[in-house]
Amino acid sequence: MQLNSKIKNKSKTFTNISLTLAAATCALATPVMAETSDADSWDVDAGLLIYAEDNNQVQAYEGALSITKQIDDERSINVKGVIDVLTGASPNGAVAQNRAQTFTRPSGNGSYTTAAGETPLDDTFRDTRVALSTQYQQQLSRLWLYSGGAYLSKEYDYLALSINSALARDFNNRNTTASVGFAYAYDTIEPEGGIPASGVSVNDPDNRLTDSDTKQTLDLLFGVTQVINRQTLMQFNYSISDVSGYQTDPFKILSVVDTDGWANDYVYESRPDQRTKQSLFWRTKYNLQPSGQVFDVSYRYFWDDWGMASHTIDSKWRIPLAKSHFIEPHIRYYNQQAVDFYQVYLDEGVAIPEYMTADYRLGELQTYTFGLKYGLPIAGNEFSVRLEYYLTQVSGDDSLAKGAGMAGLDLYPDKSAIMLQSFYRF
Amino acid sequence: MRRILLLACILNLTACSSLGVKPWERDLLAKPEMQLAENPMEIGFDDHTYFSKEGSSGGGSFAGGGCGCN
Repeated sequence: MQLNSKIKNKSKTFTNISLTLAAATCALATPVMAETSDADSWDVDAGLLIYAEDNNQVQAYEGALSITKQIDDERSINVKGVIDVLTGASPNGAVAQNRAQTFTRPSGNGSYTTAAGETPLDDTFRDTRVALSTQYQQQLSRLWLYSGGAYLSKEYDYLALSINSALARDFNNRNTTASVGFAYAYDTIEPEGGIPASGVSVNDPDNRLTDSDTKQTLDLLFGVTQVINRQTLMQFNYSISDVSGYQTDPFKILSVVDTDGWANDYVYESRPDQRTKQSLFWRTKYNLQPSGQVFDVSYRYFWDDWGMASHTIDSKWRIPLAKSHFIEPHIRYYNQQAVDFYQVYLDEGVAIPEYMTADYRLGELQTYTFGLKYGLPIAGNEFSVRLEYYLTQVSGDDSLAKGAGMAGLDLYPDKSAIMLQSFYRF
Repeated sequence: MRRILLLACILNLTACSSLGVKPWERDLLAKPEMQLAENPMEIGFDDHTYFSKEGSSGGGSFAGGGCGCN
């Protein structure tokens, strides 16, 4: 932990890259013990995710198809496609009030009204995303493995492009694998109505700056995987991510509240255009004998120069049943501390700060995931289905619910979601 | 002092050599359920969800992103 605090004080800036890269580095970090697929074989993975929040908030439907072709003993290539459909409402950042509130839509066209006592939700949240990626992997020599890939994702108002590359080497009779990887991403956001001016009233007709803005992310990841003994495998990673460019959420606002707790105005939020995120990650897989149960436990400590720090503990316990069936309970706990510029609202008559957000995702929160997966063979292939409950508890200073405007209201409402995933591999 | 150092080195080497397995002892480690990226698609779904709903990302792999998640 001493190391953590040292690095923490030095951190400077930023984040953000691509998911597919996950698969890439994971593959690299896996010691050479991975099963050798037959040359000229095709592996197909299909997956479906349904994510549904309570109170008619965000609903997401995501389908994914991944095809891996083993070119020969040394080389393989993967192509993956993902389609997402999102609907529902999302908190706009304004605080609840003891009267109804009307908001102009982010696009500037039309308005929506939130009833008294309710958390303001922007109901214009609708999007379709298509993502394509490809990843190439090659065994360069007996001990060296290379992986490189590219990623593209497009939604109505957002374009993300990225590339990644990683190298891994085995040591110590292949019991230790060291890897280093980098990823670079270039994202463009083009919100309907344009990029809003931070700190300017949502009702100001001149509150738009430009049509679009961009963000660049550079990720570096260093990892070591170690075989401890016949039953135990450990992974250690350090990663640093530097993000520069537009990181404000153009759809999020803050209420400007008077001494009686009434919001008479709303302004657009503002985040720094530089962020450096770092994390330390430790994971252990343990195969309990003779039952063959597998324990998979990981811990991540994350910190950045926005003042956020978080702890994540994730654990899975795979229990084999008869005839290759299995069940896998899952528990995840996440705890984050708020960024320095998080404010649940702004006070009227006080100068607007340079940086501010009321987005609960950058506030103080704890999340809990409880899930169960069930797997079974179908026609010799593996099918699995996973059901999870995801609870988010937002916390903060309750005494900020001041005056007649906010008396008795919950400024930090909890949120829960159900996730259903299914996978078929053939 | 030198003797202590030498002893420390030997102990250290012994500790290292006891980590790991011989090639013929990899039966359990080679099982699909013992792979770190056992199900990349599941990792992808989870990373995407948590990236959109929490302020932290990355750790096990790159920091995630590529969406205007709100």
